[in-house]
Parts: sequence; structure tokens; C-alpha cells
Amino acid sequence: MAYAGRVAALMVCALPAVALAAEPAGDRRQELVHLLRHDCGSCHGLTMKGGLGPPLLPEALAGKDDEMLIEAILDGRPGTPMPPWRPQLTESEAAWLVDVLRAGPPQ
Amino acid sequence: MRAPARVLVLFLLGLVLGLAFGAGSAASAEPELRGTGDLGVIIERASGRIQIVETSGMTALGSVDGLGDLSHASVVFSRDGRYAYVFGRDGGLSKIDLLARRLDARVVQGGNAIGGAISQDGGLVAVSNYEPGGVKVFDAGDLALVADIPAIIDGQPSKVVGLVDLPGQAFAFALYDAGEIWLADLSEPKAPKVRRYPGIGTLPYDGIGIDQGRYYLAGLFGEDGVALLDAWRPDAGVRRILDGYGKGEEPLPVYKMPHLEGVAVASGMLFLPAVGRHEVLVVDTRTWEEVARIPVAGQPVFTVARPDGRQIWVNFAHPDNATLQVIDVASLAVAHGFSPGKAVMHLEFTPKGDQVWISARDDDAVRVYDPHSFRLLKELPAEKPSGIFFTARAQRIGS
Repeated sequence: MAYAGRVAALMVCALPAVALAAEPAGDRRQELVHLLRHDCGSCHGLTMKGGLGPPLLPEALAGKDDEMLIEAILDGRPGTPMPPWRPQLTESEAAWLVDVLRAGPPQ
Repeated sequence: MRAPARVLVLFLLGLVLGLAFGAGSAASAEPELRGTGDLGVIIERASGRIQIVETSGMTALGSVDGLGDLSHASVVFSRDGRYAYVFGRDGGLSKIDLLARRLDARVVQGGNAIGGAISQDGGLVAVSNYEPGGVKVFDAGDLALVADIPAIIDGQPSKVVGLVDLPGQAFAFALYDAGEIWLADLSEPKAPKVRRYPGIGTLPYDGIGIDQGRYYLAGLFGEDGVALLDAWRPDAGVRRILDGYGKGEEPLPVYKMPHLEGVAVASGMLFLPAVGRHEVLVVDTRTWEEVARIPVAGQPVFTVARPDGRQIWVNFAHPDNATLQVIDVASLAVAHGFSPGKAVMHLEFTPKGDQVWISARDDDAVRVYDPHSFRLLKELPAEKPSGIFFTARAQRIGS
């Protein structure tokens, strides 16, 4: 599972055209931003400044590669409260969320 | 006949003029003559705003905005019930005058805060911080800094959670990263005396004072169990209850941290949310042994006792957060379940338990129910409401 996930995540990163093609539709994008603000936000802060979880602002993510971030979203971070979001998110959605975070906190 | 009629006309004229000129200046004029025992605050988390409400007629009286990032905001009240102290996620501490309906004072005291408490005498407001960690204590009057209690263990700052007030001008809190409970005596406010209890367990996520502040409980996220400090026997140290309640089973992923606020002793039993499990854990408060585990609809977030202790109301983490279940304390079973709306964030009972106010974040609504008949009494519009807090909290210790 984790290996397949990583490969798929790599493919998404390596092929921006694929990621672009898989960009979620408008309605789903709204749902994802809502999820990011309110569900991710309950630990990382509504403005992504951090809370019980670390900040997710662009500068905080600058040194981290997409693959690692997508894996953290999909599979969680063992030993921390970060849960796996794979039941709710596809890999391309996780990749899209990383792009959203890199562009700054969603409004 | 004519004289009374003239008086009536004059009276009506006065009323009309009063309404015309009174309405526009209601927010800034002298506070109306009223009590504060039925007042409360609703957090509109995404708008940096609070609504001021009253429970006698179930109406909104006004709102105060400009309060910053209110995700995970919580509120305590001055002992006279006039002022609400709002703790924002961005480290903002705002003092709101509920009668004049305006901001009275505000400080940004840290980078990232999680909650706070007000001292037994009402004179000190303490705030717990994630960033830079530790607790800061302010004068409840003008919000001037009184004491700073950094939580640094072996050079590492620790996030602080579960800050509550205890008898004797004390505050208790837990260090998330370091796994400690601290008991701080603020009877000399400028010289806090801190007693540390290290090694209480991995990743305490919240804490609560129960039994009028005799006991302090810290729930653990990193292992199955709850740390318990008896403030009457501070030398006896911290003991573990519900140790290994998961019986080695892997917990489910947790999409929202449980909260211990609102946890109360009912009929000699304590009802606690299990972490990563669809269960409410019941503990006997005399023996501290587990007496039951009640299967529920999802991962519990809040387990709040109705003021008479007959029921425990439970809401749940995503994806079960449109459901609310009611546990009957007499039979230790779920007696009722319903959906008060989308994304149920919080609930608050009126002091005698004739109403329960429930925030449905994704419906942009707060709904008021009769917790005896489960009948919907009222719906109030609110933008992304989260916490609901009534002034009766001013008279309770331990949260």
C-alpha cells in the first residue's frame, strides 16, 4: 500500500501534465479547501500557522519535497496525531492540496 | 378620560422616539439594566467574531468582531458574569464587555495559544501557549502581564494543554511534548510556585479539573490511559487510570482530538472519550476502576453531562460529526441519537439544563433543543459557529 502510494505520488510529481489533468473539479476543489481550513485547521490552525500540528505555511514547507508531504497526508505520521487521509483523499487530491498550501493559506 | 388618553399618546410618542434614537446607539450607549446570568457567547471561528446571546428568550443581542484567528477559541468569564475573556489561536486574549457589547481590552500575548483559565478569585487570567509554549498570567482588569511560566524541559519548549483553575489560586496544566503535569500556585501572583510531575505518560492532549477541583485529569494521546492528580494529596504523585484501555488493539486514525472540557462526575462515575475508538469509557470515581465502556456512533470529541447528571451528550469526530448521541446514566447505554446539523462542533447546557445549544458549523447555525423532550426550540444563524459558552461557567472551578 505505502509503496504503491509513493510510486503513484512520484508519478504525480514527476508528470505535472498528469497532475494538471487530474486537478479536482470545481465543486470538489471547494470541498477540499473546506477540509483543509476546518479539518486540517483544527490541528494546524485555520490560517495554517500551526497548533498541535506544525505550521503549513509556504515558508514552513519550503524545505520539504512534494513526495514527503503527499505521503504524510495520505499515510499520516506514525507516533504523532497526524492521521492517514487516504480514506478521504485520492493521491492527486493530496498533490493538489500541497500545491494549494505552497501558494499560501486558502481563503 | 381625556387626561389618561393624552398620557397614553405622550407615552407612545416617547416610545417611538426612544426606539428611533435608541436603536442606533444601542451598541455604544450605557449598558441596559439587566442581569448577566443568562448571557453567553458563540464563537464564529472563521470570522474573528463572537455573538453575544441570551438564553431566556434565546436571542442574539449583538456581536463583537476583530478578534483574530478564533479556530479552537475558548472563553472564560469574570466572576460577575459581565466580561468574557476570549482565547484565540493566534495568541490573542480579548476581554469583551457583554453588557456594553464591545471590546474592553486586548493583548496578543503569544504566537499560538490553545486556551486559558481564570483564577479562583477572578483576578488572574492564565493563557496556555503552543508557541512559544508555557503559560502567561494576566491581570483580569487591564490584561497587564503578571507572571510568565515558561515550560522548557531539557532546553526544549513544550506546548501546554489542559490549563484549568483549581482551589487556592492554583492552575494545573499538562506539557504535551514533555509528558508532565504542572501545578502552579499563584497565591503570590508575581512569584508563582510550580510543582512538576514528570513522567505522567506520552503526549497528554487535554486536561480537566473535576469534583470541584479536587482532581486533575490529563488524557493521553500517545498511549491508552489517563493521568490523575489528587490535589488534596499532592505528595502522592500522579497515578494512571484506565491503563491500557485499548487492550493492545491498534487505535483508529484520529481526525479530531477529543476534548475533556465538559466532562463531569455523574452518579459517582466519570464519562471519558476513548481516543481512536468508538467508545465512551466509564470510571468509578471512588475506586478509579473502569465500570463500563459504552459503544457509540463514532470517535467521541466532547462527553458533556447534562447539569442534573442524568445524561451524557456525545458528539463525534469527522466523518461522524453530523451525529449526536445521548447516554442514559442510569442504564449506561445510548438512549437517543439524532442529527442536529452538519459538523456539530460543540454543545453547551443552560445552568439548570432546560436547554442545550448546539453549533452546526457547516449549516452556519446554532440550534437550541430541550434536552428532556429533544424538541428543537430555536435556530439562530451564525457564521461557522464553534464553541458556545455561557456565563454560568464563571461560578465553576476546574475548566
